[in-house]
Amino acid sequence: MTTPIAPDVISLRGITKAFPGVVANDHISLDIVSGQVHCLLGENGAGKSTLISILAGMQQPDSGTIAINGVPAAINSPKVAVDYGIGVVHQHSTLVPAFTVLENLMLGESGLMLEKKRAVERLDELAELLGAQIDPNVLASDLGLGQQQQVEIAKAIWKGSRLLILDEPTSMLTPQAIEHLAESVDRVKRQGLAVVFITHKLREAYSMGDCVTVLRGGRNVGHISVEELASYDEQQAQDAILSAMFGEDIATVGADAAELAGATAATREIQAIDLDRRAVRLSLAGVSSRGNSRDVEVSDVTLELHEGEILGIAGIDGHGQGALAEVVAGQRTAHAGRVNFDGEDVTRLGVRRRQQLGIRYVTDDRLHEGTIGSMSVALNLVVKRIGQRPFWRFGQIQRKAVDAEAAAQIAKYEIRTPSPATRAGTLSGGNIQKILLARELTNGAQLVVVNKPTYGLDLKTVHLVREILIDFAAKGGSVLLLSTDLDELVELSHRIEIVSSGRIVGSVANDGPGTAEKVGQYMTGAIEGVH
Amino acid sequence: MGAEHQRGRKALDEVVRSVLPVVLALVVAGLIILAMGSNPLDFFAGVWTYGVTGSNWQRSLVLMAPLLIVAVGLIVAFRGQLWNLGYNGQYLLGAVVASGFGPYLFDAMPVWLATIVIFLGSLLVGAIWSLVPSILKARYGTNEIITSLVMSFIGIGVANLLIKGPFKDTTTPQPQTAVIGDENLLAYIPGTSIHVGLIIALVLAVVAQFVFSRTSFGLRMDIFGASPKAARHVGINSTWMVILLFALSSGLIAFAGAVDVLGQYSYQRANWNPHYGDAVMPFVFLARLSPIAAIPLVGFYAVLATGGTLAAQQAGLNVDFLLVIVGLILIFMTITEYVGERRRLGQSYLPPGLRRTLARPFQTGAARKES
Repeated sequence: MTTPIAPDVISLRGITKAFPGVVANDHISLDIVSGQVHCLLGENGAGKSTLISILAGMQQPDSGTIAINGVPAAINSPKVAVDYGIGVVHQHSTLVPAFTVLENLMLGESGLMLEKKRAVERLDELAELLGAQIDPNVLASDLGLGQQQQVEIAKAIWKGSRLLILDEPTSMLTPQAIEHLAESVDRVKRQGLAVVFITHKLREAYSMGDCVTVLRGGRNVGHISVEELASYDEQQAQDAILSAMFGEDIATVGADAAELAGATAATREIQAIDLDRRAVRLSLAGVSSRGNSRDVEVSDVTLELHEGEILGIAGIDGHGQGALAEVVAGQRTAHAGRVNFDGEDVTRLGVRRRQQLGIRYVTDDRLHEGTIGSMSVALNLVVKRIGQRPFWRFGQIQRKAVDAEAAAQIAKYEIRTPSPATRAGTLSGGNIQKILLARELTNGAQLVVVNKPTYGLDLKTVHLVREILIDFAAKGGSVLLLSTDLDELVELSHRIEIVSSGRIVGSVANDGPGTAEKVGQYMTGAIEGVH
Repeated sequence: MGAEHQRGRKALDEVVRSVLPVVLALVVAGLIILAMGSNPLDFFAGVWTYGVTGSNWQRSLVLMAPLLIVAVGLIVAFRGQLWNLGYNGQYLLGAVVASGFGPYLFDAMPVWLATIVIFLGSLLVGAIWSLVPSILKARYGTNEIITSLVMSFIGIGVANLLIKGPFKDTTTPQPQTAVIGDENLLAYIPGTSIHVGLIIALVLAVVAQFVFSRTSFGLRMDIFGASPKAARHVGINSTWMVILLFALSSGLIAFAGAVDVLGQYSYQRANWNPHYGDAVMPFVFLARLSPIAAIPLVGFYAVLATGGTLAAQQAGLNVDFLLVIVGLILIFMTITEYVGERRRLGQSYLPPGLRRTLARPFQTGAARKES
């Protein structure tokens, strides 16, 4: 790879892309310069993903141009993007788990014969560049998450890259792994590559970026140039970014703005409670699960959840959180151990019986599991009470009762929908999440399991969802909060347990600064330590 | 008013999407007939003459009875997103229950009781025959399209073996079952020569529509069809749902076979297979899996098939030409759906790649002008 004398510039001019009902990118212009880390900041739905999929050739803009060093470049397929040297590391792993590292890296090879020897050399070169040790013959599924990401980066710049795009690379990483990543990004940058770093956390933008562009509602609402960012102190930079990120909304979100934007380290927001004086609502004793699916099962999990308590479960995504939630909700059977609810053994009860007892579950798969997209909002709101009065009498649906219930919930939870008869799948993610919360928290809810409750939501809804959960706990409800967002866990939980490979590997009381680091240590020790 | 207007447009859109493919298929079929040197107008006039006029409409309605029951059976499975393609085997096994046991049962007990025993027997045989694909599907996630299809081939073979073996009428050299006497067949609707199977079919369609749209079971079924994950989430036992829907579907299709034998054929020949399921399949989708909406569409096909058989012969075409029309309907249905869906989403009708290629010559021209 040669370092160019004059810096490469990729300039985007007036990029516009509309989808039915939403303008994802509205005349976005920005310059990406080699040797710089360009941070793209914005909440969910701000248009970051659309912009990078346009750069990666996966979407075509409706209008606007992309030029590389002044020469117009029509990036109309991912292959063209690769030929231009644009590599993307997606938020979720794109490695084939059953292939080795080397095979994964060679997926894009176009030659007739596989040139393994040259590939190994190239991998050595890149490993040195990234400052990472990568064994070419290990299966991708055996890698830790931090290592997987290093391989993804190597894959993205495999063909001598010009631009490396990292899409929310820190969302799955422990604090320790984020530091490693920052080092690698720095080395890549010094090699003369341009880096686009996408995040919704302000402090990452500040610490890793050379310049920052803020997107909101599909528009470029603020750019802080290299010189400006260098001249600002931390507080000035924060203020500048915050006002761009929130615009007029900053008044409604108020003092929480900085926290929502991840500007500062998270602190606990919930009132302390005396656990000894609260009755135990849910207890799991040596629970192991078994299901038909291939995801990680829980094994030998023991935990207690009290009245009015929010118990956080931290862990890397896919380490048994889904199984834990389902075992409590009754969707998955426990083949060993006992699940007690208010002193009663509910191990053998199914979803509907537990639902009636007050055990509720807000799933992380809002679109396919939590709601039925093709059905109306009204039906989705009563779908857990099928066949029950007053919505069904003698097996027949009572549309008036359903509509009345729907109207009440839509008003209470401020679900923005054209009408109760609108198909749920057409609503925004935030409003779908409100449907789930409305359905699960009403009609005698005692305990709610929430899995990644704010994942993919816009900041205002994130704020609202957290308020709803805090409020629910303050009124005596119990919350089992499963999340991959450490900041969220620290803000909401009284205690945090750490899950890894389906087992609880540690427990941290959330009673002061340093909780996130302690949790991170458990996660690192349990996951990276294996390899 | 806006909402009303929109609903009106949506309803119109659905009617257009159901009828347009049939019209287009008939037009293209006409062109094919023309290309083969016959007069398409003669053919369509023949369909009308032999399918509707005189007392021919009654023959069409007799054919409609089993077709409609098969359609309802398919809809039950399809609404749950279970692709029961084993209809031919299921139909023939149900028919064999009637044609094979019928002669013995009618000798042994009153007609009404024997009829009920045959109907229940065919339902049961169909349901049991579906257990292999449905249990495999529920337990191991095996693709039911393949398993039900394979079971269908086996079912057809078993039906033929039974007709040639234990159920064979020994008084004739033909491999066929004994003829059931006219007095034991299903009664006619007074004043016509249409057997009451048609009424059974219509009632079934109406009841099914009610169950699907008004009851908690119908909603559970639709949730299961829309997303098995969501079904599990709301506490629906998906294992039972798969087995139950498959059993209902298969049972109903077998029941159609029994109705057809007791209503019309009175005996069954080996290697006979009317392929009702294949013919009814596109209409089930055109009806958007609604049993009531399927009634006129199936009725249309019954006329086309009844009149078309004779009309095709007269026009010098093979009877298989009817299947060509059915195939054309399927093709145009797919195209209409695709275009309609793009239009609903406000997208262009052309796939993006093709659009760009088509637009390119104009774009470069424009760019040149600009610079």
